[in-house]
Amino acid sequence: MPNLTYPGPETIQHYTLTNGATLLVYENFASDSIALNGLVRAGALLDPPDQDGLALFCANLLLNGTQQRSFGEIYEALESVGASLEFSSGLHATEFSAHALAEDFPLIVELLAESLRMPTFPAQQVELVRGQILTDLQIRANDTRHVASVAFRELLYPNHPYGRASEGRMKTIAAITQADIQAYHARAFGPQGMIIVLAGAVRGAEAATRLQNVLGDWQNPQQTPLPEVPDMARPETTYRAHIALSDKSQTDLILGLPGPRRAAPDYLDAKLMNTILGVFGMMGRIGENMREKRGLAYYAYSHLQGSLGPSPWLASAGVAPEDVAEATEAILQEIARIQEELVPAAELADSQSYITGSMPVGLETNSGLASVLTDIALYDLGLDYLQRYPDLIWQVTPERVQAAAQKYLSTTQIAIASAGP
Amino acid sequence: MPNHYPVHKTILDNGLTVILKEMHHAPVISFMIWYRVGSRNEVPGITGISHWLEHMMFKGTPNFPGSQLDRMISREGGYWNAFTWLDFTAYYETMPAGRIDLALRLEADRLQNALITPEETESERTVILSERSMYENDPRFCLSEELTAVAFRVHPYHHEVIGDEADLRNMTHADLLRHYRRYYAPNNAIIVAVGDFATAEMLARIKSLFGAIPPGEPLPPIVRQEPLQRGERRIMLHGPADAAYLTHAYRAPAADHADYFVLTLLNAAFAGGSSLGMFGGAGSNKSSRLYKALVETDLAAAAYGSLGPTRDPFLYTISAVARHGRSLTAVEEALDAELTRLETNPITAAELAKALKRAKAEFVLVGESITGQAQLLGMAEAVVGDYRWFEDVLARLSSVTLDDIERVRHTYLRKSARTVGWYQPNGML
Repeated sequence: MPNLTYPGPETIQHYTLTNGATLLVYENFASDSIALNGLVRAGALLDPPDQDGLALFCANLLLNGTQQRSFGEIYEALESVGASLEFSSGLHATEFSAHALAEDFPLIVELLAESLRMPTFPAQQVELVRGQILTDLQIRANDTRHVASVAFRELLYPNHPYGRASEGRMKTIAAITQADIQAYHARAFGPQGMIIVLAGAVRGAEAATRLQNVLGDWQNPQQTPLPEVPDMARPETTYRAHIALSDKSQTDLILGLPGPRRAAPDYLDAKLMNTILGVFGMMGRIGENMREKRGLAYYAYSHLQGSLGPSPWLASAGVAPEDVAEATEAILQEIARIQEELVPAAELADSQSYITGSMPVGLETNSGLASVLTDIALYDLGLDYLQRYPDLIWQVTPERVQAAAQKYLSTTQIAIASAGP
Repeated sequence: MPNHYPVHKTILDNGLTVILKEMHHAPVISFMIWYRVGSRNEVPGITGISHWLEHMMFKGTPNFPGSQLDRMISREGGYWNAFTWLDFTAYYETMPAGRIDLALRLEADRLQNALITPEETESERTVILSERSMYENDPRFCLSEELTAVAFRVHPYHHEVIGDEADLRNMTHADLLRHYRRYYAPNNAIIVAVGDFATAEMLARIKSLFGAIPPGEPLPPIVRQEPLQRGERRIMLHGPADAAYLTHAYRAPAADHADYFVLTLLNAAFAGGSSLGMFGGAGSNKSSRLYKALVETDLAAAAYGSLGPTRDPFLYTISAVARHGRSLTAVEEALDAELTRLETNPITAAELAKALKRAKAEFVLVGESITGQAQLLGMAEAVVGDYRWFEDVLARLSSVTLDDIERVRHTYLRKSARTVGWYQPNGML
C-alpha cells in the first residue's frame, strides 16, 4: 500500500522548462523559507587526464564574477539577506544548494542563472581560488582521514575514473589556466540533464515562471554528455596500503570494495546489508564489535554511496596506531558473519523499521526535502517513490541481504588502506 | 509559522525546569534534557569528567541496557545523541511523534539509574583517549587548547571539554559516580520538548515520569573568576601541519550581559559570522571587512570571527589560515591594520542594518527544524537561565545603536587584554 502521508504525485509538481531542464516543486508554507537544490551534468569525469581538479576549480569560481555582477556584488547581495547559495562538484555533476527567506527567492533564482550561464572567471579570482584550493590540499595532505581515503580510492580503482583525484593535485591545480576553465565551462555546462528542486514557501506556478524566465532559453549545443562509467572488478586479492604520517596520534583505516550502482535491482538489499553492518543503532555490528566489545575506536561505521557508477561500500574507523590490526580483524569478522549467517529476522526488521520510521524526520525541513527530491529526479525513481519506499524496504528478506553480502563483500578480495604514525 | 507558537515554561516541585513548544508542520518531536554541568564545573584531576560521564550515560540502565538502547531508538525511526560544552551537557532524541514516549521513559530512568560500572569505565577510557587523539591530529584543536589555557589562568574555562590526557588516564570510576550523583538531579536539569504534541498531555506525562524524582543538594556557585588581564599574551606552537594558523582571542562578555548582543552584531558586521550569536547558521562571510582584508588580499585562505554564549565571560576569537607561502607575520599585520581601521572608520549604519537583516533570516532558517528549535531554547535556558533570551533575540538586536557598537569595540577589542596564538608547521620559523 502506498503511504500517502509522504510527498508524491499529488503534492510534488513536475515542470519541464522549454530547454528540457526538469523542475520539481514541493510547496511548504510551514516556514517563511525556501530550499533550492539541483545539479547540472558537469562532473569531474570530464576532467582531462592531466587536469585533475578542473571541475572543482570551475565550480568554486561560479560565484566569483558574472557578466552582471562582480564577486563583491554577488556576496554583498547574498549576505545582505542572510541567504546562502553554494556549488559543489562531484564526479557526475556540479550540484547547487540554496537556503533563503521566501521573499528572497527571486534573488536566488537570478544569481543561480547568472552563475551557471554567464560566469566570467576573472583572472584575479582565478588566482585567489587557486590559492584556496592549494591551501586546502595542503591541509588535507596532513589529515589522516583524507590521506587514507585517497589511498583507498587508488587501491580500489586502478585505471578507472573513480580512482582519479577529483579534488585536484598540487601540480594540476598549479597548472590549470583561466582558458582551461573557460573551455571546461563551455563544454560541460548546459541544460541537458539539469535538475532543479524547490521546497518551501513559494507557489509552484510562480517558481516555474521565474525559473523559465531566467533559465528556459539556456542552450548549449556544445554540451558534452558525461561518459558512462564502466564497472569495476573487485580486487584480485587483499590490497593493502599504509601511508605514514609521523607525529600523528591516531590512525584512520578504510576498507571496502566496489558497491552496487543506485539503479541496481538489488540496491536496497545492499542498503539494508550496510545498515545492519555499520549504521543501525550505534554504527551497527561493526560499531558494536569495535566500540562496545573491544573499546577500540572513537568512530567506526560503514557506508554505501550508491551513485551512477560503481561507488564503494566501505567501512571506516579511527583507532590508536597499535590497534590497526585488531580493528581490521574486527571488521573482516563482521563481513564474514553477514556472508555466512542469515541475518536473524528480528535484526533485519530493526533496520527496516529504522529506515522507514526515520523518513518523517529526514523530510522535516525544506533542505531535507529538496535533497531527497533531487535524488528521486537524478535516479529516476518516480514521483511516488517516497510513498512506495516503505513497502520496498519491508520486502527485503534475510536471504536477499545475504545474497547482497555475498555478491558485494569479501574478506579476501578487498582494499585496506590506512594513514597514521 | 513555526516560530509563532507560544512557549510554555514550568518548574516542577522538585526543581525540574520544563520548556514546551508545539510545532505541527511535521509529525516529529524532539525531546531534550539539559544538565547545568560542563567543563566549567571541573577542577584539575578530573578535567574531562563531564564529557566522559556523557559517554557513560549511553551504557544505559538496568531497565534500558546500553546494548539495546541504540536499537530501541533506531527501531522507532529516531536518532539520539548528546553533547557536552563549557556550561552544559545535553541529551536529545528526535523521533516520529507517536514514538516519543520511549525518549521520556529513557531519560527519566537514566537521570537516576545509569549503569556506571568499573568495567565499562575502563572500556570507555580507551574510547575517550582515542577521541582526544583524533582531536590532537587537528592543528586547530591544539592551537585552541593552548590559547584557552593561557587566556584562563584561574577560571575553569581554561581546559578543553575533552579534558587533559593525564586526567583521562588517572580518573577513577568513583570520580565518575560522584560527578553523576552530584549534578544529575532534577533541580539541575532542564527538559525541552518541541514538536507535534499537545502541551497539556506532554506536561502531564513529564510530571508522571519525572515529578517524583527527589531533588539533589543545591550546587555551590563557581567563584574562581578570571582576574583582569594585564597585557597581551602570546603563544607559539609548532607541529605537524601544512598550513599556518593564527587566532586572536579577546575577552567577551557573558551571554546575559547587555554587551553580548552588541558584540554579536559587531562581529557580524566586521567578520560576517553569525548574527544571532548562537550555534551554527553562520553562512558565508565573503562581503565582510575581515574577508576583504585577509582573504581577498591573498594573505589568508580563510578568516572568520567566532562568539558563543557562555555563563561566564569567555572569548571572542578572530582566526585565519595563512595562504600557502604567506607568513603569519603578514597575516597578523593585516588583521591589526584592519582592526585599527575599525577605530578610524567605525561600523556604518548600512553595515549594522545588514547584520540585523541577516539575524532575522538566520532566526527563521535555524528555527525551521524542530531539533534546531529545541537546541536553541535549551541552550538559552541552560546558559542564561531564561529561554526568552532566544525568543527575544531579534528585539534585543534591533535596539543596538552605532554608539553601542563603538563603545563595545573600545571595551572588548583591546590589544592589552588579548591572547594571540600561532601554529606553525614544523620546520617553519
